[in-house]
Amino acid sequence: MKDLTTVRPVPRAINWNRLQDDKDLEIWNRLTVNFWLPEKVPLSNDIPSWSQLTEEEQRLTIRVFTGLTLLDTIQNTVGAPALMPDAITPHEEAVLTNIAFMEAVHARSYSSIFSTLCSTAEVDEAFRWSEENPHLQQKSRLILDEYDSASHPLKKKIASVFLEGFLFYSGFYLPMHWSSRARLTNTADLIRLIIRDEAVHGYYIGYKYQRGLEVLTEAERNELKDFAFSLIFELYDIEGRYTEQLYDGLGLTEDVKAFLHYNANKALQNLGYESLFPDELCKVNPAIMAALSPNADENHDFFSGSGSSYVIGKAVATEDEDWDF
Amino acid sequence: MGGLVYYSSRTGNTRRFVERLGLAASRIPMEPDAPLPAPRAPFVLITPTYADGQGRGAVHKQVIRFLNDPDTRCHLRGVIASGNRNFGRLFASAGDVVARKCAVPVLYRFELAGTETDLARVREGLDRFWTTQCSTAT
Repeated sequence: MKDLTTVRPVPRAINWNRLQDDKDLEIWNRLTVNFWLPEKVPLSNDIPSWSQLTEEEQRLTIRVFTGLTLLDTIQNTVGAPALMPDAITPHEEAVLTNIAFMEAVHARSYSSIFSTLCSTAEVDEAFRWSEENPHLQQKSRLILDEYDSASHPLKKKIASVFLEGFLFYSGFYLPMHWSSRARLTNTADLIRLIIRDEAVHGYYIGYKYQRGLEVLTEAERNELKDFAFSLIFELYDIEGRYTEQLYDGLGLTEDVKAFLHYNANKALQNLGYESLFPDELCKVNPAIMAALSPNADENHDFFSGSGSSYVIGKAVATEDEDWDF
Repeated sequence: MGGLVYYSSRTGNTRRFVERLGLAASRIPMEPDAPLPAPRAPFVLITPTYADGQGRGAVHKQVIRFLNDPDTRCHLRGVIASGNRNFGRLFASAGDVVARKCAVPVLYRFELAGTETDLARVREGLDRFWTTQCSTAT
């Protein structure tokens, strides 16, 4: 007798002109327009700046980047593919293939930075370090367990949103820090492209999570919420220790932690939840915020008050035909 | 106090912000064929940002449809824009586009569903803003 469970049904051809969820097309368009490759960024211009860092600062930077490479590798090879069987629409699956590929581009980018700035021996040492670092291994393990256990499809989405929206930020802090001091500014430009992509990924997967919650009972929703908050607590605990180990030497630990709190809250918001950390613990160094979104605060808003006048925003192309008033 | 109109997609970030704000507000519907609010008194718009990497498409089509009515647009007094700082210089750029097109100020910018600090600033700011608007209008 033929075992029906082993026979893969022929999928239906994807029809992008029949959407069940218009967010799929919105995000597909966003991701494809935002596509980039590390070769576009003139990393070699950072060579003089790299040589001005101390040996300790260089080692820290390479280690931070190998840590980020590991997370991107997980997301590329395990995370995004693990979400595909749970996709509700065929278009969601297609979007996830794009997310998976961009994670490979991110992971590949760190090696471009290494080959431009560092010696092979230094890089090999850092990859060894990442394989042996207990905190890095522990947080990877926690996330992988959720991807593999398949205990609930929505728990995988929680893990994915926390990896992309929270775990990266202890690493992203450093290039933003260097950029705020006019160091490694081209590397920072590349990292900003990664940060932008991660925001779209977290937004989309968080949105699909919220859609998934809609069909559950109140009790199931409560259970998932409890799970999400206990996972972020557990991850935060590891991140705290990882941060201390990396940044104590430069005296930056407290500054990094404020950035972690701020990003944990944003990851929770993407899942539709309230913030965990109160605002006073999320006061990120303004230099880091400015490095994250240059010019964003140039035009002071009215309520924050920089006087009685206001500056009308800089022109941004809209290209919408009906935007004609 | 003047009116408040907002757009929020199914992610619900802006909706949650407006609910916590605790002020009366009309929502611009997500469905392209649904009837739009048509305020005939001064109001402030709260809008998320949907810009791609080049800044295109920052303002949602439904918000554009809403503002394309001249009788609505002439009552717009200011815009509050949301977004994500991860988008760098394009953070909350929908506010800048609406401000430029409609010659109104960007009143405030916040991220995703906003923080308690954002809520307090917007409540206080709107209060002050409408008081000033009323006293200059007379």
